[in-house]
Amino acid sequence: MAELCGVIGIGQTQYAAKRQELSMPGLLREAAERALEDADCTWADIDAVVIGKAPDMFEGVMMPELFLNDAIGGAYKPMLRVHTAGSVGGSTAIVAASLVQSGIHDRVLTVAYEKQSESNATWALTISMPFSVATVAGAGGYFAPLVRGYIRRSGAPEDTGIRVAVKDRQNALKNPLAHLQLEDISFDMVADSPMLWDPIRYLETCPSSDGACAMVMAKESIATDSTRPAAWIHATEMRSEPTMFSGRDQVMPRATLDNAASLYKKAGIQNPRSEIDCAEIYVPFSWFEPMWMEGMLFAPINEGWKMTYEGSTALDGDLPVNMSGGVLSSNPIGASGMIRFAEAALQVRGMAGEHQIDGARKALGHAYGGGSQYFSTWIVDNRKP
Amino acid sequence: MSEEANEPIEVLRLPVELEYQYTAGESASRFLRAIKRGKLLGQRCPVDGRVYFPTRGCCPQHGVPMADDGSVELPDVGTLVTYSIVRIPSENIPLDLPYVTIQVLLDGADTVMMHVLGECALEDVHMGMRLKAKWKPEEEWESSVGNILYFVPQDEPDAPYDSYKEHI
Amino acid sequence: MRDVAVVAFSQSLSKRREADRNEVEILIPVIHELRTNAGITNEDLDFVCSGSSDYLAGQSFAFVSGLDAVGAWPPVCESHVEMDGAWALYEAWVKIQMGYADLALVYGFGKPSMGDLPLTMALQLDPYSVMPLWPDAVSIAALQARLLLDGGLLSERDMAEVAVRDRAHAKENPFAQVKGDFGVDQILADPYLVSPLRKHDCSPISDGASAVLLAAGDRAKQLCKRPAWIRGIEHICEPQDLGVRDLTRSRSVEIAAEKAGLGAGKVDVAELSAPFTHQEILVERALGLGTETRVNPSGGALAGNPIMAVGLSRIGEAARRVWDGSADRAVAHATSGPCLQQNLVCVLEG
Repeated sequence: MAELCGVIGIGQTQYAAKRQELSMPGLLREAAERALEDADCTWADIDAVVIGKAPDMFEGVMMPELFLNDAIGGAYKPMLRVHTAGSVGGSTAIVAASLVQSGIHDRVLTVAYEKQSESNATWALTISMPFSVATVAGAGGYFAPLVRGYIRRSGAPEDTGIRVAVKDRQNALKNPLAHLQLEDISFDMVADSPMLWDPIRYLETCPSSDGACAMVMAKESIATDSTRPAAWIHATEMRSEPTMFSGRDQVMPRATLDNAASLYKKAGIQNPRSEIDCAEIYVPFSWFEPMWMEGMLFAPINEGWKMTYEGSTALDGDLPVNMSGGVLSSNPIGASGMIRFAEAALQVRGMAGEHQIDGARKALGHAYGGGSQYFSTWIVDNRKP
Repeated sequence: MSEEANEPIEVLRLPVELEYQYTAGESASRFLRAIKRGKLLGQRCPVDGRVYFPTRGCCPQHGVPMADDGSVELPDVGTLVTYSIVRIPSENIPLDLPYVTIQVLLDGADTVMMHVLGECALEDVHMGMRLKAKWKPEEEWESSVGNILYFVPQDEPDAPYDSYKEHI
Repeated sequence: MRDVAVVAFSQSLSKRREADRNEVEILIPVIHELRTNAGITNEDLDFVCSGSSDYLAGQSFAFVSGLDAVGAWPPVCESHVEMDGAWALYEAWVKIQMGYADLALVYGFGKPSMGDLPLTMALQLDPYSVMPLWPDAVSIAALQARLLLDGGLLSERDMAEVAVRDRAHAKENPFAQVKGDFGVDQILADPYLVSPLRKHDCSPISDGASAVLLAAGDRAKQLCKRPAWIRGIEHICEPQDLGVRDLTRSRSVEIAAEKAGLGAGKVDVAELSAPFTHQEILVERALGLGTETRVNPSGGALAGNPIMAVGLSRIGEAARRVWDGSADRAVAHATSGPCLQQNLVCVLEG
C-alpha cells in the first residue's frame, strides 16, 4: 500500500568539536541548504519538515525545533519533532519517509542535529536525582559492563575492539566531513590509549561533536526524475523494549533481533550477509560493531567478532561497515543516527566520494539508543523495490 | 564602527537555573522508607512472580501494576554480574578514581542493581564474585540507596556463571 | 486515504500536584484502563507513539519510562515526539495511512508541578536573544492579549465569558480541575495577575496523562459501535519570533482548518486546548465556529491543562461526543509554543 519514496538530497555539515562560528539555526541551515542543493530544489518545494535531536538539555533549549523551524524553511508548514534517545536520527528519517510513503506529502525535508559545544552532555545524562546515588559515569559507564558481558559470552579476543577502532578511524581519513582525523592511527596507538571504562579505551570511544545532517525525500514521480540518482527506500523498521526487566538480555536484546528480522522481511532480503553491499551501523564504542553484526543477523550469535577479525567489515571486505568513519569519528548525538541512514543512501547513489564502495547497490542504515533498547533501521537501494 | 564592534560573538554564557521537586513515586517511596530502616525491599511481579529490586510501580515486561502485598525483603548479599573499572572523572560522581561500577544480583532478586565495589584490588575484580553490602553507620541512615556505601567481596566461592548469566 | 478512527480514550484526573505519584505511576492506570476497556492486549498493537517533554520532567530521556507503563514486551514498534500527544497521534495516523499498522496506542503525559512551569516555558524561546530576558509564559501571552484589547478586537468581558463558560461546562467533567458557576462581573472584579490577564484568563497548571487508541477500517468497527472517524487532520507551525507574525489572529489554525476540510459541514462540538482565554477566542475565530457549535463541553484546557497530554485529551473528548451520538461532527485542537505558534486541527465524524 505504501507509496515509493526516494532520498534525492543529502546535506551534512562539517563535524567538529565546536562549530562556534555558527548558531544553532545556522548549523541546521548549513545541512539543509546542502540537501536542497543536492535535490535540486528550493525551500518552496518542501511540504513539511521533520526535526530530530537527542535530549533538549544538551543545548538548554526546551523543544528547540519551535525556534529553529523557520531557519530551515518550515514557516507555515507542518513540522514534527522526534526524540527516541540515541536512535533519534534514524527514527526521524523514518518519520519523514512515512510522510511520503503514506501519500500525504510529495517532498519532505528532515534535519537532525546536536550542538554539544553549547552544553555538557555527560552532565545532562547524569543529573543526580534525590534518593539515588550516581554510579554511572555517562554512556561509557553504562555500556562498559555490557561489553564485558559480551566478551565473556562470545570469548572474543580482547583486541577486537581495538581493531574496530583502527578501521573506523582509518575510514574517517577518507571522509573530509569527519570530526576526528587521526593521520597516524595505529593498533598500538589505540591499545596504548588510556583505559576509561575498562574494557573500553579512550580511542575506542566516540567524540562529542557539533553537526547536523539533512535529507530531502520525495515521492516516486519526483525521485525518478531527479537530477541525481535517488536512493530508494525498500524498508524501514523500529523496535523498542523497556530498559530493564527480569531476565532482559542487555547484550543482545530481543528488540534488535526482532527489528532485523522484520526489516529484512519487508525488504525481501533472505540472506543479509550476501545481499547487502555495505552498512552504516551505530557504533559509539568499538565493541558494538561485533555486537550489532550479530544483532543485525549478519553473523551467528557470539561470532560477530570474527567478521571484524577476518576483515569482513573493512572497506575491502565482503560487508564493509562504517565507511564514513562512523560514530567513532563524528558524534553529534541527535544526528548520529541520521548520518548512518544518509551515508547508506550516499553509497547506493554512488556519491560517497573517497569512501565509496564500488558498485554498492543495497545498503543498511542503523541506529540504536537508550539502554540498547531503541532500534531504527532502513534498507536503501539504487533500484526501485 | 570600531574594530571591536566587528568581532564575532561566538560564546554567550547564559546560566540556566531551574528548581524541581521530584517525586520518588508511591512504589519507590516504599523502598526508600524501608532502606531508612536498613531493609532492602523488592517486589514480586503479579504475572510471573519474579522479584524486582528495588520496588517499582509496574512490571515493565507485563505492563501491570505491582501491588503492595507483593513486597519481599532481600538480604544484603549477592553476586557480581558484570562491572567496569572507571578511570574518567564525572562531575556528579564524588568517588576517587579509579572505581569499580558493578551490577549486583542480590540473593532472591531477579533483577540487578547498579552500585560500586569497595575494599577490593582492581586485579581481583571478576564476574561471579560474592558480595556483601557495606552500610553507613546506622545513625547516618536516610531514605537513600546511599546508605549502602559500596559492596565488598565475601570469602566464599564464586557463583557459577549459569546462575547469573541471564541477567547480563 | 484509509479510514481511521479514534476508538478508545482514557485519562487521569487533572491535578494541580500529584503529590505521591511519579509520571510513570500516573500513566500506568491510564494505559491499563484503555487496554482493558477496549479488550485488547499489547500483542494487538501494531504501533505505539507518545508525547512528553524532558524539561517538564527535569531529566533527560524522561519518556523512556513510558515503555514500562506500556509493558513493551515483546518489543514494540514505537516512536516518541517531544510534543503534545496530539502530534504523536498524527504520527500514528501516518503509520496507519502507509499500511504499516491497523491498531495504534498513543499517549501523552506531563508533570509540570515538579518545576516552575511559566519559567520553564521561557526556555522555548530563542536562546540567544529572547530567553536571556526570562520572559515567562504568562507575560508573553499577556503581550498578545494587550494587542487584541488595544486593537479593539476583543474585550476583557469577552475573555471572562470564555472562562465562565468553560468552568461551567467542566462541572460535568469528573477529570477537570477548575470548575463551577462563576459570574462574569464577579471574576472581572478580581485583580490582574499579569495585566491584562487575570487568574481566570490562564489555564491551571495540571499534572496528568491521557491515552487514545486509533484503529483502521473494520478493526475500528470491531472495537467501537460508533467510531469517531478522522476526516481531516492537519498541523501547521508558524515562525516563533513574535515580531514576524500577526498575533491578533491564528494563521496556522486557519490554514490547518482549511486543509482539514473543517468548513465542509456543520460542527456540533469543538474541543480546544488554548491555554488562555483570549487565545481560545482566537482559535474559535480561526476555526470559523458559529453559534451552532458547542465549544469545550469538557471545559477545555482552561479547566485542566495536563501539558503534553492536553491536546491529545481534546481529541479524546471530541471523539467521546461522537461515540455517544451527541455529535455527528466534531473538531479537536491542540497547540504548542508561545502565542499559539503551532497548531493541530482534527476533524472527527460519526
